[in-house]
Amino acid sequence: MLHQLSWKVGGQQGEGIESTGEIFSMAMNRLGYFLYGYRHFSSRIKGGHTNNKITVRPTEVRAIADDLDILVAFDQETIDVNYKELTPGSIILADAKFNPTNPEDCVAPLYAVPFTEIAAELGTSLMKNMVAIGATAALLNLDEAVFQSVVDEIFGRKGEEVVAKNIEAIERGRQAITEQIGDRVGTWEIAPADGKRRMFMIGNDAAALGALAAGSRFMAAYPITPASEIMEYMIKKLPLVGGAVIQTEDEIAAATMAIGANYGGVRAFTASAGPGLSLMMEAIGLSGMTEQPLVIFDTQRGGPSTGLPTKQEQSDLMAMLYGTHGEIPKVVIAPSTMEEAFYDTIQAFNIAEELQLPVIVMTDLQLALGKQSVEPFDYSKIEIRRGKIVDSVEDEETKEYFKRYEVTEDGVSPRVFPGLKGGIHHVTGVEHDETGKPSEAPGNRRNQMDKRMRKLQQVRFENPVYVNAPHEDADVLLVGFNSTRGALEEVQENLNAEGVKVNHAHIKLIHPFPSEEMSALMDQAKKVIVVENNATGQLANVMKMNIGGHAKTKSILKYDGTPFLPRELTNLVKEEI
Amino acid sequence: MATFKDFRNSVKPNWCPGCGDFSVQAAIQRAAANVGYEPSELAIISGIGCSGRISGYINSYGFHGIHGRALPIAQGLKMANKDLKVIASGGDGDGFAIGMGHTIHAIRRNIDITYVVMDNQIYGLTKGQTSPRSAAGFITKSTPGGAIEPSLKPLEVALTAGATFVAQGFSTDIKELTAMIEAGLNHKGFSFINVFSPCVTYNKVNTYDWFKENLTKLADIEGYDSSNREMAMQTVMRHEGLVTGVIYQDTETTSYQDKIKGYSELPLTDIDISLSEDQFDQLIKEFM
Repeated sequence: MLHQLSWKVGGQQGEGIESTGEIFSMAMNRLGYFLYGYRHFSSRIKGGHTNNKITVRPTEVRAIADDLDILVAFDQETIDVNYKELTPGSIILADAKFNPTNPEDCVAPLYAVPFTEIAAELGTSLMKNMVAIGATAALLNLDEAVFQSVVDEIFGRKGEEVVAKNIEAIERGRQAITEQIGDRVGTWEIAPADGKRRMFMIGNDAAALGALAAGSRFMAAYPITPASEIMEYMIKKLPLVGGAVIQTEDEIAAATMAIGANYGGVRAFTASAGPGLSLMMEAIGLSGMTEQPLVIFDTQRGGPSTGLPTKQEQSDLMAMLYGTHGEIPKVVIAPSTMEEAFYDTIQAFNIAEELQLPVIVMTDLQLALGKQSVEPFDYSKIEIRRGKIVDSVEDEETKEYFKRYEVTEDGVSPRVFPGLKGGIHHVTGVEHDETGKPSEAPGNRRNQMDKRMRKLQQVRFENPVYVNAPHEDADVLLVGFNSTRGALEEVQENLNAEGVKVNHAHIKLIHPFPSEEMSALMDQAKKVIVVENNATGQLANVMKMNIGGHAKTKSILKYDGTPFLPRELTNLVKEEI
Repeated sequence: MATFKDFRNSVKPNWCPGCGDFSVQAAIQRAAANVGYEPSELAIISGIGCSGRISGYINSYGFHGIHGRALPIAQGLKMANKDLKVIASGGDGDGFAIGMGHTIHAIRRNIDITYVVMDNQIYGLTKGQTSPRSAAGFITKSTPGGAIEPSLKPLEVALTAGATFVAQGFSTDIKELTAMIEAGLNHKGFSFINVFSPCVTYNKVNTYDWFKENLTKLADIEGYDSSNREMAMQTVMRHEGLVTGVIYQDTETTSYQDKIKGYSELPLTDIDISLSEDQFDQLIKEFM
């Protein structure tokens, strides 16, 4: 029995590849398996190779598997592009319709199964994916009852006949592959799972749910890959709690509209990716200067310019830290798991309001779109803290402007919302005095700049670094951020098993940088290897700037658009040690 | 009840003596008082440029944002608190150059706010460059040989973009201007008001006298019907945009906020923002 199965389905974009993966995943999830699904797709609606790779384990799965056990191919390109991931124990199930050929150097056998033909016999070739799932089920020795609830849920509203046809398609797929490989059916059976139901979601779902739980009731956004799912989730859910989403004319409007709503007193946010983030820079400065809370998600993708819009990269880090002109206090958070994407989003909204500044929550494409099993989030851990909001003023008839930018010890000034009697004040991106009136006096400038910057000392972020450092005297400290977490955890396990003393730190709070925590960890290690999906080692540079350690810091960089895989990364780390 | 004096604050505007913006400021203050607002329930959101300073010169909540972005900030604010009265304001550079995208979309979105543009056909604060509203041939520091581009036609643009309220005023006629801002504030939807507000320092062509000579009041056109979009467009075209008064008003179309499904009856600022445990459990289950 296998302790991990890696399954991939591929074909032309727009022919149901995604739903094939989805149906397979749903069924495995319901059996209690842990999953990690990752889609390869292109920036076009139809056509072009797409695939969905799903790693399945009875125990927690943190990274995409290096290899493939089963490849389901709906076209020749799927075989040609992916066969190198196959091992001698693997198998290719290919639709007989396209007369598949197995490359000479392919180590796995190819079975041509009449997916489309069987589906067509049952009434529609669209059901070819269900036939392929049936064939997969046979290899995994899964009972088709497993798929009953999934099919009911997906096709139930189309009527009993459609449900029955789909179930039949699964059964026919099972028969077809069994006829061909006989006894080998069931070879890919996975060790049983605990049967517990878990959530199965993408990082964008976790982040959006976090925003909803954090009390955000307005979102302004412009569609962009790979951030759009956040907006789409909010469009579905905000009306249920009285809120609304505006799809704006551009990202500048999205960010400034969110600022306007925050100024009004509502938790509002926007979400985008690199190109949108670039357009938002001036607005981020406005938020910092006028001390209006603002939460922005940046789901990083391949840059620069339009770059690799559907591929993994972590290259917006410096832009997030330094993209705005002038100097503002700003917080940059980088969740690395589904749980963190949810809970850290709540922290982001709290920090944004408590400290009245912009908070950027950065993820990356692998985290944003990778679909994983997650234990249900804990309602009791949701806490909303809104900071120094003043809801009544003693002298309502006062003609004095409210000191919205009062210089305080912690740098945080009392905040009133428009509409409050006696709270009138001015807000401007021009340097201003305590009431918000423009002032260019040098003393006032220093006071206001210092006050704003002092707020950064008040950032209270739970667990700014994820640390797994069992070794006092480590050979190497591995450092990363965002979605490389799982791969790095596996690398650490692999190398520790080989006797190399490896510690791992994943930085979740990028700014203000957790220098104290990271400095101590770096001191414990002979070497520091920073692993990043970019070409210039942006996180390594931020570490050097904040801590030093230039001589012992090395970078492992990957910027070809694909995520790090555990074995690949293990080998790269070994080369550096 | 508040009077226009209650909308005055102690800040002395830094506009040049004789600037058209003074009258626009006065008209907004009068209109706000006339429609019965209290200073604390009004927010003025402005852009960048001479006219952008207006939010600091009126005793109300005020937000002086970034260049060209007064409208999205104002719309976000109104979405957050629909009980608030929101006026967006700025110059022709702010609204028709850098912010034109927002202007068109704010018009077609039709959120219930009022947008007052102080149109002086020049960039004043940067000391005299051409604006999208400058006439072809207009000589400025940036167009020493005369502007090549034709002047933008904001009224025609607004009518084409689906505006539900379009008006144009002239800053010397405070009475007419006040009345049209009042009408704009009372309009349920987006009200677009362009105001000829001469720059006495850098625009020596489009002067007070020039406007007096060239403007036609719609009130003087017999049979003018501001509910007739086709007539509005024809009249504006015939007079090359040089008309004043309420040009078009559609009282049938409901505002954006009235059309949003599920949008809270109470302002979003007044609702409980925490999810109940039941709501949360339901959301979690959807992923299982």
